[in-house]
Amino acid sequence: MSDASAQTPPRILSSGDSALVVELGDTIDPAINARIIALDAAFAAARIPGVVETVTTYRSLLVQFDPLVIDFESVAAHAVALTAAAGAATIRSRRWKVPVVYGGDFGIDLDDVAARHKITTREVVRRHSSVVYRVYAIGFMPGYTYLGGLDQSIATPRRMEPRLMTPAGTISIGGIQALVAGDAMPSGWHLLGRTPVKTFVATREPPVLFVPGDEVVFEPIDAALWAPLSARAQDGDPIAEVIAS
Amino acid sequence: MTDLVVKACGPGTSIQDQGRFGWQKYGLGPAGAMDRPAQAQANALVGNGPGAGCIELALAGARFVVEGGSCRIALAGADMPLKIDGTVTAPLTAATVQAGQTIDVGTARRGQFGYLAVAGGFALTAVLGSVALHMKAAIGGIDGRAFRPGDRLPLLMAQPSGPDLAAERALAPYIGPIRVLLGPQEDYFTSAGLATFLSATYTITPNADRMGIRLTGPKIEHGPKGYNIVSDGIATGAIQVPGNGEPIILLADRQTTGGYPKIANVISADLGRLSQMRPGDSFSFTQVSRADAIAALRSQQTALEEFRANLRPSGAASLDSARLLSLNLIDGWVKGE
Repeated sequence: MSDASAQTPPRILSSGDSALVVELGDTIDPAINARIIALDAAFAAARIPGVVETVTTYRSLLVQFDPLVIDFESVAAHAVALTAAAGAATIRSRRWKVPVVYGGDFGIDLDDVAARHKITTREVVRRHSSVVYRVYAIGFMPGYTYLGGLDQSIATPRRMEPRLMTPAGTISIGGIQALVAGDAMPSGWHLLGRTPVKTFVATREPPVLFVPGDEVVFEPIDAALWAPLSARAQDGDPIAEVIAS
Repeated sequence: MTDLVVKACGPGTSIQDQGRFGWQKYGLGPAGAMDRPAQAQANALVGNGPGAGCIELALAGARFVVEGGSCRIALAGADMPLKIDGTVTAPLTAATVQAGQTIDVGTARRGQFGYLAVAGGFALTAVLGSVALHMKAAIGGIDGRAFRPGDRLPLLMAQPSGPDLAAERALAPYIGPIRVLLGPQEDYFTSAGLATFLSATYTITPNADRMGIRLTGPKIEHGPKGYNIVSDGIATGAIQVPGNGEPIILLADRQTTGGYPKIANVISADLGRLSQMRPGDSFSFTQVSRADAIAALRSQQTALEEFRANLRPSGAASLDSARLLSLNLIDGWVKGE
């Protein structure tokens, strides 16, 4: 990343009386995301009294605080100082292999996505599973893992009508983003497949597998493997494997 | 060992404390009581700290039977009639319930969320630091779900000691529009859009739950930047405005990030009274300064401390007209009339 972007001061935005947003950009950019991850780590290390928690996104950090303990201006001053000091520290990144059953009942939009791009379903699967994704953020609901790096040739605008429910572990695409879903939720994204991997288990330590800065690759697997892998996941096996770190 | 056995309950009956913090970066919102000051009052009446888990009743009442030992209970929040073995109890007054007795909470006459506290709290396992049920995420509460008839809730305290306490006065309600601080994305709206937001009357639609409240009313005009942002963090009380121009206020079980611009955020001191409004209720928003928001929160906290400090044994609590009048003022919370 360039020195110039490392020097860009953050925008501090008000998010009510108990939170502020430290914004380093408004695009999906690995350099900006790396600075957010570094800033988040810096906030955690600083242990500022009154700071309750932080939420990392693609390009911003929400800092929640107790306004009866610390005021907005002080949190903002910490944010500016920590942003300058943190830069884009090297992230300890792991690469995860995530098995996916594509198509059929596991990915009901695979045919539509193939038709829309005038390619075969096999080619959609190949393009979706032949790139290395970067985990930009976990958000929305527990374990929802937002990925960058989708092959632009299969980027597909979100559905006009969101589905009222999509299954847990859904592997989907929306615009230029890819997603590994946690629990069953409504979604307007296109469902390509499903993984037995549970991205968030409250009783697991730690509850999440993937964290921002990690990498993910998808491995197409046969539908016959769904039942045994799901059973193992139910018993606490992470299923996803770290293949490089 | 005392148990509270659920005989009947509404679908939104759950355990809630003051929320679960530290997991939003992994997508798990805070949950916790929708009306935190009301929950703190219920806890104060039975001698608990404000963070103890209570039963949150959503509009519908519930019926419980006490088994094994006795317990002390208190109800606060929405105006719900409370009976023990058919006898009505006074509002904001704790009561000791003996084994075999039935606790009946009626449907809310005003407001939305009632809080039933038990002295000593429930013996429930905290998940990620809190017993609060996050309904959408199925985390916390009883096995990650709301109450069902037949559920048995073990209590930490086998029998209460000392006298039952009663509040001398209810908290004075704040009456007026819902107060907000603008941001973080107020620059996604035209000045006409901002003026609409701060002057129009909005009505709560039936699409209102622990996750958020969808409002209907005059459309808020977005500016040239449109209505999609790269997903950004959300604070409780954030007011997002999707493409249709009608605001959605995000509450306890909300998502942690979202892609719609947020025009403003409800101040912390107004989240409780907002939560007590019902579908069909109307209100307007008013912009306040950060100093006003903090002062309102501080005065709410001071009022809760005074509420706790002024509790008296229920036999000694005066039943004079001033007290009853003050207790009636609970109603004022609800409508902002």
